Amino acid sequence: MEQYYHSIYFDEEKCNGRMRCMRVCPTQAIRIRNGKAKMIEERCIDCGECTTTCPQNAILPLTDSFSELSKFKYNIAIPSPALYAQFGREILPDKVLEGVRKIGFDEAYDVALACGSVSFAIQEYIRDYKGQKPLISNSCPVIVRLIQVKYPELIDLIIPIEPPREIAAREMKKGKSKKLGLKEEEIGAIYLTPCPAKMISIKQPAEGGKSHLDGAISIADVYAPLLSAMEGLNKREYKQSLENICIVGIAWSIAGGICRTLRLKNSLGVSGLSHVIKIFDDVVSGKLKNIDFVEAYACIEGCVGGSLTVENIYISYNKILKLIETLELRKNKACPDIREIRRLYKEDYFFIREKINPRPLKPLAENISDAIKKMKEKDEIYQSLPKIDCGVCGSPTCLAFAEDVVKGEAKISDCILISSEKFLKIKQVSRKGEN
Amino acid sequence: MSVENILWEKFNITGRDFKNAGSVSIKIKEILKQVGINSSIVRRVAIATYEAEMNVVMYANKGILNFSLSPEKIEINVEDEGPGIEDIELAMQEGYSTATEEMREMGFGAGMGLPNIKKNADEFEISSEVGKGTKVGIIINLKKET
Repeated sequence: MEQYYHSIYFDEEKCNGRMRCMRVCPTQAIRIRNGKAKMIEERCIDCGECTTTCPQNAILPLTDSFSELSKFKYNIAIPSPALYAQFGREILPDKVLEGVRKIGFDEAYDVALACGSVSFAIQEYIRDYKGQKPLISNSCPVIVRLIQVKYPELIDLIIPIEPPREIAAREMKKGKSKKLGLKEEEIGAIYLTPCPAKMISIKQPAEGGKSHLDGAISIADVYAPLLSAMEGLNKREYKQSLENICIVGIAWSIAGGICRTLRLKNSLGVSGLSHVIKIFDDVVSGKLKNIDFVEAYACIEGCVGGSLTVENIYISYNKILKLIETLELRKNKACPDIREIRRLYKEDYFFIREKINPRPLKPLAENISDAIKKMKEKDEIYQSLPKIDCGVCGSPTCLAFAEDVVKGEAKISDCILISSEKFLKIKQVSRKGEN
Repeated sequence: MSVENILWEKFNITGRDFKNAGSVSIKIKEILKQVGINSSIVRRVAIATYEAEMNVVMYANKGILNFSLSPEKIEINVEDEGPGIEDIELAMQEGYSTATEEMREMGFGAGMGLPNIKKNADEFEISSEVGKGTKVGIIINLKKET
């Protein structure tokens, strides 16, 4: 079986089996076995809901540390635009980028310009597109995983354009290696990330290819050093000017930002996994075929809502809006040249070459006939259960438990209620409740 | 054919229950995935059942959706208690709709429901009695398409 890379891990020592993670997991990828949380690798889409809910802090993100930088001769930081939303109103992107340089990078690249270019490329793609609709954004790796695992029938709707962070890394490496006489492998492109999920698109891209990024350090980890590094910075030293910060690009850090800046007419910005799932269900049933584009993020309000950010989601969201306003008022505004984008677009500059592979969950059995039998068995078991989803058996719901039993991963005796006196009463009550 | 590898499920659909509209097609989709049905067929079934379900929700008082799955085919029969259809041929035309303004506001009633069901099915049957209700039956084959 294929090995799946995940950007979170469970610390067994710390876990005391409280089941909170199991209950919040949107793909039912967690079971409690022998009092400890266990991940079902094929089901996990790295959304990180469990990491923020664990009262023991036993589910941890797997991002890189600063020691990653020593592997390369030249290091480029590519901060998510969500980084700009972490600081007060006086600390603008030019200062943040300078601070990033000071904490150990040779260069800090503002990804917003690449975001802006990709926005325009998406616009081009949507305009020429004649197939099934709506198209779906791919910048959130959790959304891509969600589709691979739970909505393989929607794979062809994912826009096949590289996310800005990948384009930025690719182009920076190409340019710098020429300029500095270094091999591309000697240059490190490190993403400063608001969530652990970007690690999966770096370590195991959905398309099976190789990422141009070499690692990701969490915004939470750079926050403190960055704060002190920005103290006493002299504006004249800044390598980046505010005039180079692209407004269209900054909007990528908030849900609906792409739609908003492109003024796409029939588009939706959706955030929060449970909301995304609802929208995807509607897409599958053909209900949203009049929508051109769905911009979807696993985290509430988009990347500013990532679990590795410091500032409150809603404050950051507002700061991004304010920042866009501030930059709009300036005389010189950085904006990708649309003619240049169209030229690059035709030259395949933006496209992902490999196809995304579906990762559907394993069916109940290899052949349909056996799977149907198992399905019936599952149904019978389910009917005999209390149907109160207490979770004590270690599965998130009675239905999931029935499936685990059929698959041989749990025993019916794991249900402590099924044979108890009290259960018979509960069963009577719940039956009444059913109709 | 042995009975043990045929799965039956019966779903009730309540008329005017827009809140839960679509839930039956999601449940059926989940079953098909667990059984390992190929994703392009899952999509066809999802669209067809969604449209059939919506027709009941929009026009009828209530309805029953019978679903059966065997290794050879998927069969779906929807029977409703509702106004029925006077002119089936007309109702089968793309774009023809009797949806009210309110339904259209919600994005329904584009007159694609029945044609869409037919388009996604291998076999399609419809019968209706005015004042009583409508029956729609579809079959989607699972054997390798040629």
